[in-house]
Amino acid sequence: MTKPVPSPPAPKLPVSLAANAKLASWVRFSAEGHVLVSPGKVEIGQGIVTALAQIAADELDVDIGRVQMIRASTAGSPNEGVTSGSLSVQHSGRALRHVCAEVRQIFLVAAADRLGVDIDTLDIKDGTLSGPGNTRTSYWELADDVSLDRDATPGATPKLPTQRGLAGNSVQRLDLPDKVFARPRFIHDNALPGMLHGRVLRPELSGAKLTALREDSARAIAGLVAIARDGNFAGVVSETEDGAEAALAALRKGASWSSGEILPDEDGLAKWLKAQPAESVVIERKMASQAGEMSRTMRRQYTRPYIAHGSIAPSCAMAQWSGDRVHVWTHSQGVYFLRSDLALVLKLPLENITVEHMEGAGCYGHNAADDVALDAVLLAKAADGRPVRVQWSRADEMSQAPFGAAMAIEIEADLDASDEIVEWRHSVWSNGHTARPGRATQPALLAATELAEPFPRYISTNPPQANGGGADRNSIPLYDFPSWQIDCHRLLIMPIRTSALRTLGAQGNVFAIESFVDELAAERGEDPVELRLRLLGDVRAQDVIRAAAKRANWKPAKQAGRGHGLGFARYKNTGAYCAVIAEIEGAKDIIVKRLTIAVDVGEAINPDGVVNQIEGGAIQATSWALKERVRFDRHRITSNTWSNYPILRFSEVPEVQVEIISRPDMEPLGAGEAAHGPVTAAIANAVFDALEVRVRHLPITRDSLIAAMELTS
Amino acid sequence: MSGIRFRLNGVETDVDADPDLPLLSVLRGRLGMTGPHFGCGVNECGACNVMVGDHAVASCDTPLWSIADKNVTTIEGLGDEQAPHPLQRAFIAEQAMQCGYCIPGILMSAAALLKRNPAPTITDVKAALDRNLCRCGSHNRIVRAVLRAAAEMAAR
Repeated sequence: MTKPVPSPPAPKLPVSLAANAKLASWVRFSAEGHVLVSPGKVEIGQGIVTALAQIAADELDVDIGRVQMIRASTAGSPNEGVTSGSLSVQHSGRALRHVCAEVRQIFLVAAADRLGVDIDTLDIKDGTLSGPGNTRTSYWELADDVSLDRDATPGATPKLPTQRGLAGNSVQRLDLPDKVFARPRFIHDNALPGMLHGRVLRPELSGAKLTALREDSARAIAGLVAIARDGNFAGVVSETEDGAEAALAALRKGASWSSGEILPDEDGLAKWLKAQPAESVVIERKMASQAGEMSRTMRRQYTRPYIAHGSIAPSCAMAQWSGDRVHVWTHSQGVYFLRSDLALVLKLPLENITVEHMEGAGCYGHNAADDVALDAVLLAKAADGRPVRVQWSRADEMSQAPFGAAMAIEIEADLDASDEIVEWRHSVWSNGHTARPGRATQPALLAATELAEPFPRYISTNPPQANGGGADRNSIPLYDFPSWQIDCHRLLIMPIRTSALRTLGAQGNVFAIESFVDELAAERGEDPVELRLRLLGDVRAQDVIRAAAKRANWKPAKQAGRGHGLGFARYKNTGAYCAVIAEIEGAKDIIVKRLTIAVDVGEAINPDGVVNQIEGGAIQATSWALKERVRFDRHRITSNTWSNYPILRFSEVPEVQVEIISRPDMEPLGAGEAAHGPVTAAIANAVFDALEVRVRHLPITRDSLIAAMELTS
Repeated sequence: MSGIRFRLNGVETDVDADPDLPLLSVLRGRLGMTGPHFGCGVNECGACNVMVGDHAVASCDTPLWSIADKNVTTIEGLGDEQAPHPLQRAFIAEQAMQCGYCIPGILMSAAALLKRNPAPTITDVKAALDRNLCRCGSHNRIVRAVLRAAAEMAAR
């Protein structure tokens, strides 16, 4: 019997392009010789704007200096959802490469026609199309005659990697000169004509209700324009920022609050997480073809605390009403999603709301950017058509914005007589890791829950595994264990607000898995690098581990008070590969001396940008691993200053070495979140190497070391 | 009526305002200088650092009265694209940031360091920047950039 020959799959458009097929919505040419590129993804300090400009310049054969990147706005940008999950080059980059390849072809046809030459004789250099006999035209000359107001078609052929001049080379970030020379680029620094300033009054006790509000002393403050009140939402609008601050302080003195909600016991988080009502899901079950014989079971529990985003800039937004239409300026990661939530709260049709992106400070997930946008919209209602700028306080930023969710993780492995794993069980208890706006029939914005007719609190959920999962992200082992079961228990109550923080659950899960594997290696007396290489079938995974080990001279000779540890993961199990070797020293306080990292991000569009992202992720993860923990008592978040929520300082930052394993023929993968899990695990494993103490509860502080030592002895 | 007088980026300045106002509010508010950034308001992050005389100070925590008759330098006074300070050139050359919100304050701390110590070691640079927070993890690039600027200034 002959099998039917499968026909090659029909070419498909990249995801983002399929959803926004109009070519002109991505790329246009100006008569002045510029290429206007309009991605749906936004700059959050990760350098995406530069990487996308490189892709466009390459594919169109123009100098990168001609590329002008348009900020995302619901007024016209392609809707690419949210800028998150290290997907910007994958989504926007692929779409843009396709669009530019097709646009280039369209212009080649038009030029051949105009010049009366054969298309194959044409050459493009910096936007000029030239043919035989000194004939030439350009994108800018042809722009008026060529309509890009048409849908992209599948099958456009982008250049081969070897034909690209820019992608794969380190290009200087386009946004840096503005930032170094202090030209207003951040939303915080952009004043609108006639702009007023607003501040919102938030309770100190979690979930407290505003029972009474005396407004007289706030009204007496110079410059006051309005006091807004809608249920538990209250705020001030002033002619000046100082005036708004002073009026808010006065309003706070006049406010009476109910007692709030009871928060969990910070010192018993694992127990609390496991005792709450939860939705339990089997994430994956893998059955062995042949059951191995179990001789003993090893069981370990790990925890990760709530972690704050801690953007250096407090969240900020501006809004301006005109009749029943409102224009919003925001550093949200998703302008369309924010618009959906605003429409729900305001009970207005989408078309009445325009949401425009403006850069904020580095954003490491769903912080208060969206919340403050609604604050500005609500306060601007009282501003008689003038724009209102609202900026949160540092304390609100650290206590009212969503946190990365705390996690309890339990791993059990059945081992055979030779201590090989025959069955692996991994269970996670955690709040959901995303409560982003725009996804549900109810809004996820803070002020929506404070209005006189409040919306219910949006309980965070987990994205499906197909999208990388949430609490369960990276919970499925990359190792070839014969069988496993992965369970995820998502809490159905949320006394402490959680949403997306860089890597979602991956940092916790990778920390747990890699700690466990390291512990098993130690028990077996097997080298941790060898054990991992033996259990990993994927060559790209093996390559990053070998590269990191080689660069770190694994394993350096043992020295008192020093330790080396390895951590590895492939982010989301489908993204970038990353292996880390940490070198630490210390006994009471752990100092991370050096992180040696190897990473495989497929095609690296801007290699220095990738190194920058990996370095940054590694240093942030060191901060999480050694210092960070949201503090609270039973009534309030107490870590609302940098003193109470310390992060890593210059004097504590390790040396970071990054090696990129170049794969120009592979799909580009995001780099922003690849290092967090492996770095955390590598540090914990290095602590064991140095002190023979397993710290299974983050962060690794003097206190947690002492607790772990007591457990060991 | 005359208020508090000081020299701002070399220009005689006279501000008639509540002398207890933080310098940062005056700079960003009535003087429209958006280089110094608000980060915390209580001298814990360094995003608002400026130089008073040759010292880096947190302008959010410096009352207006305290700078009377002094020289105040903000990032705007450090240099511009036509005549950049070696630090500004070095920060671009080393691509020494991700989001860049903390950078104006860090540049001012670094500029103050180079004034008092033109040949700093890595440890000196880290110590001088220890009160400046960076959340993106660009620390090592920033240190390299400061050392690069110091080397360039020494070579002149």
